[in-house]
Amino acid sequence: MSNGKILELQQIKREFVMGTEIVRALKGVSFDVSAGEFVTIMGSSGSGKTTLLNILGCLDKPTSGNYLLDGINVSSLSRNDLARLRNHKIGFVFQAYNLLPRTSALENVELPLFYNPELSTRERRDRALGALEAVKLADREGHTPSQLSGGQQQRVAIARALVNQPVMILADEATGNLDTRTSYEIMALMQELNQQEGKTIVFVTHEPDIAAFSSRTVMLRDGKVVKDSRNENVRSAKEALAALPPAEDY
Amino acid sequence: MSAINLILIALRALERNKLRAFLTMLGIIIGVAAVIAMVAIGEGSKQSIQSQLGNMGSNMITIMPASNVTGGVRVSGSSFQSLTIADVLAIQKNATYVSGVSPVSSTKGQAIYGALNWNTSLQGVAPSYLDIRKLTVNDGISFSDADVATAAKVCLLGQTVINNLFPSGESPVGKVIRLNSIPLQVIGTLAPKGQSSFGQDQDDIILTPYTTVQKRILATIYFQSIYASAVSEGVSDKATDEITEILRTTHRLRPSDENNFQVRTMEELIKTLSSTSSLLTILLTAIAGISLVIGGIGIMNIMYVSVTERTREIGLRMSIGARGIDILLQFLVEAVIISVTGGLIGVVLGITSAKVITLTLGWPTMVSESSIILSFVVCAFTGVFFGYYPAQAASRLDPIEALRYE
Repeated sequence: MSNGKILELQQIKREFVMGTEIVRALKGVSFDVSAGEFVTIMGSSGSGKTTLLNILGCLDKPTSGNYLLDGINVSSLSRNDLARLRNHKIGFVFQAYNLLPRTSALENVELPLFYNPELSTRERRDRALGALEAVKLADREGHTPSQLSGGQQQRVAIARALVNQPVMILADEATGNLDTRTSYEIMALMQELNQQEGKTIVFVTHEPDIAAFSSRTVMLRDGKVVKDSRNENVRSAKEALAALPPAEDY
Repeated sequence: MSAINLILIALRALERNKLRAFLTMLGIIIGVAAVIAMVAIGEGSKQSIQSQLGNMGSNMITIMPASNVTGGVRVSGSSFQSLTIADVLAIQKNATYVSGVSPVSSTKGQAIYGALNWNTSLQGVAPSYLDIRKLTVNDGISFSDADVATAAKVCLLGQTVINNLFPSGESPVGKVIRLNSIPLQVIGTLAPKGQSSFGQDQDDIILTPYTTVQKRILATIYFQSIYASAVSEGVSDKATDEITEILRTTHRLRPSDENNFQVRTMEELIKTLSSTSSLLTILLTAIAGISLVIGGIGIMNIMYVSVTERTREIGLRMSIGARGIDILLQFLVEAVIISVTGGLIGVVLGITSAKVITLTLGWPTMVSESSIILSFVVCAFTGVFFGYYPAQAASRLDPIEALRYE
């Protein structure tokens, strides 16, 4: 599966009925993502970015066209099967972190594993600790979100996305709420996961700055792919971080 | 999802909102505690009535004159006199299920000793009356059949009478008191019995041979009533039938005639009083039950608010793989945990408050198992019933909208 296709999108169309009008959010989107790729999906608001993200995340199904996630055709699945698929194959990272308040980092990371009946309590805990270690927050396992900085919260969210060992991490404007330095830190972590662990990452953003860190950019406009280009010189987030002027209060 | 995971998820969710969970629980706690305490009070009073009556002699049978028609005029029982010594003797002789029988001829009067006086009830009885009414002589002796035969001027005093005529604590035995100008020698005192369940002071009496009252005070051959005791409680009914037969014969009633007397067992009285206090129990339980329902509505209300407030959480859980049923069960289990925990605390609180009521107010209480089981089952059911709708609402959310909910 190392070089297989994780995502296959074939002529994806998505239409919404708004009163009497039909809004065509996606007008036939096709592209593939292979294992180990770091893809950013870019587009301005109204480009169909969010609709595509929902379909990629198996939260929504296309009106027509086929979407294969890890070889499974999503279009034919029931609501419960979709939930199972999300649990096993996708790790979400949201702009607003969406951590449970008043809940420790460890318990937040454990959350997806509760919906996976095959795991024992022991395994669940070990995996969650492992995921926290991967995002370098092993020493903060007992902290609640309010005791963590924005960047740390997002790292907990990334650990939560990693914990079920998904085939793809799906990030939705994951740096949107963070300052430049912290954004770069998160991107450095993403790059590390991509390059060292071989994680497939699909990153939805509207910031070209962030897209520069990925290996490939898919540009959407008006529900269509207008550009799909490989990024020849991937910027290293670590170097970018080092190049920033030192922060006085950090 | 496994049951353990489910409970763990629900517990963690409740833990995040401890105060709110507790306040929701409070409705159930108060409801269950109220049901248990109220039923305990009701049951306790029922039990105490029964034991008091048992103390009075639950195998006791009372025979009283009944209403009858005399020359076309219906005369009430109390003004109609039909019981004589012949009846007593006939019962004594012929009844096999009766262990003791005593006539009662009573009157009110002023008892005087020295400068003190006390208005009390004078009861003319046979010596067997003490056994029938479960009275015991504390000090001195009881009167005998010989005293009855001679209409002796002797008496036994109840504790209340003693307290009022002999306040200094001297022994009244051997002293002579006067009742309506007739001197009576005190030959014994009665052991205190306290108040009856009707609130009547059972110690406010003077006992004397019935002949003394009949001949020396009332000048009558009739009795107000006859007391008898069945051999055992179980044969009260048979004894009643027997007495009825005997009295119909001695009163020379034709088969078509109504009884001109009535025979009552304590059992009937016990039943009447028990049913009254059962009614009280039902009433109290109903009131307490209403508070339990209000507690349930409280759960529903909080769960609805909670679903709205936790929309994003629900969206998140769905995005990381929770199915609709997982969300439904989570909220349902939360509701059930609240109601069952509340129920448990309520049971403890209910039992405790019943004890406190007994200790502070002196009311008899009896915590019944059935009330504990019932209120517990009701509150678990309340949790499921009132938790289901909000839980279902949560499970039907669209994850996309839930995630973007502000």
